[in-house]
Amino acid sequence: MANALVIAELGDDAKLKKSTLSAISFAKAALPALGGSFSILVLGGAGAELAAEELATYGAAQVLHCVDASLTHYTAEHYAPTVAEVAKGFALLVGTATSFGKDLLPRVAARLDAAYAGDCSGVSAENGRLVYRRPMYAGNAFGSCTLDTPIQVATARQSEFTPAEPVSGASPLAAVPKAAVGAAASRVEFVSLDAVKSERPELGDAKSVVSGGRALKEKFFEVLEPLADALGAALGASRAAVDAGYAPGDFQVGQTGKIVAPALYIAVGISGAIQHIAGMKGSRVIVAINKDAEAPIFQLADYGLVADLFQAVPALVSELKAKRAG
Amino acid sequence: MQREIPLKILVPIKRVADPDNANKIKINPAGSAVDTSGLEWKMNPFDEYALEAALRLTENGKAPKARIGEVVVVTFAGKEAETTLRAALATGADRAIRVDTTDDALDGRLVALALKALVLAEKPDLGVMGKQAVDGDTNQVGQRLAELVDWPMATFAASVREEAENVLLVGREVDGGTLNLRVRLPAVVTVDLRIVAGASVHSRHTEAAFKYNDGVRFAPLPAIMAAKKKPLDTKTLAELAPGEKLTSPYARFERPSQRKAGIKVKDVAELVQRLSTEAKVI
Repeated sequence: MANALVIAELGDDAKLKKSTLSAISFAKAALPALGGSFSILVLGGAGAELAAEELATYGAAQVLHCVDASLTHYTAEHYAPTVAEVAKGFALLVGTATSFGKDLLPRVAARLDAAYAGDCSGVSAENGRLVYRRPMYAGNAFGSCTLDTPIQVATARQSEFTPAEPVSGASPLAAVPKAAVGAAASRVEFVSLDAVKSERPELGDAKSVVSGGRALKEKFFEVLEPLADALGAALGASRAAVDAGYAPGDFQVGQTGKIVAPALYIAVGISGAIQHIAGMKGSRVIVAINKDAEAPIFQLADYGLVADLFQAVPALVSELKAKRAG
Repeated sequence: MQREIPLKILVPIKRVADPDNANKIKINPAGSAVDTSGLEWKMNPFDEYALEAALRLTENGKAPKARIGEVVVVTFAGKEAETTLRAALATGADRAIRVDTTDDALDGRLVALALKALVLAEKPDLGVMGKQAVDGDTNQVGQRLAELVDWPMATFAASVREEAENVLLVGREVDGGTLNLRVRLPAVVTVDLRIVAGASVHSRHTEAAFKYNDGVRFAPLPAIMAAKKKPLDTKTLAELAPGEKLTSPYARFERPSQRKAGIKVKDVAELVQRLSTEAKVI
């Protein structure tokens, strides 16, 4: 019998991130091959106990928590030693494929001399072994690998694993001590988090996403915000729009930015470069609005509208509002 | 002001199949390998950006010809990848190392172990590398190397400012914003796309208000000629990571399922009607 350990992700406000629930689903998918149970480890400063209690409702064998002032703001150098110490009792270590998990888990893997499969879109059992399926070449290929080390480490792509649902009963909680840190920890200092303030849902969690391309120019927000508001959607952008400075960096949807899979994705003035498509092609319904009828985005859009976006988007907003009012 | 001990930076680079044509890769009929034949080899874009960041950190932006410090590039590949190393030397790197191996014999764990041996031998102050290579997209070598040598790290960097000797302020691209970390050297920095914006990287020799041209620099012809004379050493994987082999083998590869094109709607009214009654998403 072998067990899995899920590393929970908390925001800088110590609140549980929804990405954790996808990592739990990944661990559950791996359990038939492992034959054991899954536990959850949560690290943080004051407030992390609350997240631990919340996590106790997902059916874990136990929820381990390590609360220490030095863990208030995440740094891999402070987190990795404790995660690695706890992971020694497990066969599989699962994290979130977010900027948190992608930073932490490879460092932990090195500490354990463990092989790592990042950004996994699937996990299955073949001949009693775990096989990790992950995107490569900007999503133009999927590779399936095994990890040949006693402890295996992986991160789960949020958009590919349905968030775990609470179950009845509560997992037992247990505190674990913070492990001794190395010299690296004394040479890193959290300075600040410049969070993008937004009333809108986060890109990774949103049911609808409105994304804009370079064609919007300086009118990116002026044109797209009313549409995002009308739909309760998150705002995204193509790399070209970000590079041109029309949208902030963390708006970028694409293989090198955020991978999203909302129910509705509206691409406005986006031609459909390979690396953008890699970040949104998992969306359930894709709408493209572009004046160039030959734009590659139309090859995968469920609904394409060939039109000038500066007229079509305001018209769409009016139509949506009229529909709501009617 | 000249620093007493100039910064020495190690920049691992990889050549990859042309990422702008990544949709043209093929999978062999057995599904056992990715076939990139017909695609040009290019330097991994993130590594190109890492090299640019390393060059900016070892100069005064106003007078980039006077190099202040040393940039050593390293790649893990066969002899054919020396073209990529020479290109890096032409851009401004001082020395190159090729670790002789083939890509199918490597994984992130193995590369990090070998880089550790190189770091112990070369004793750089800083490792600057791309956050991931755009072929395997594994995003792990920088993090692993930092752990193996017990250095702090700042991954997914969008900005780096050398605040004082041995102190970097790094703006990291994280979900929901920018996270600012201060690291004391030696350290590892992995870079994201925005690192090559004009105002992203400042060495302590470069004025805070100085702005580079956006993007990476190109090598002028004389530099390309001069690069042929710069040192290029060869090592073997066995001497850097003795007895080690890859531990994340790939059994098979597949193409992603293709989405089919849908329909064109004639106007906004039809779009809203279909989204509402047909797709049921609004």
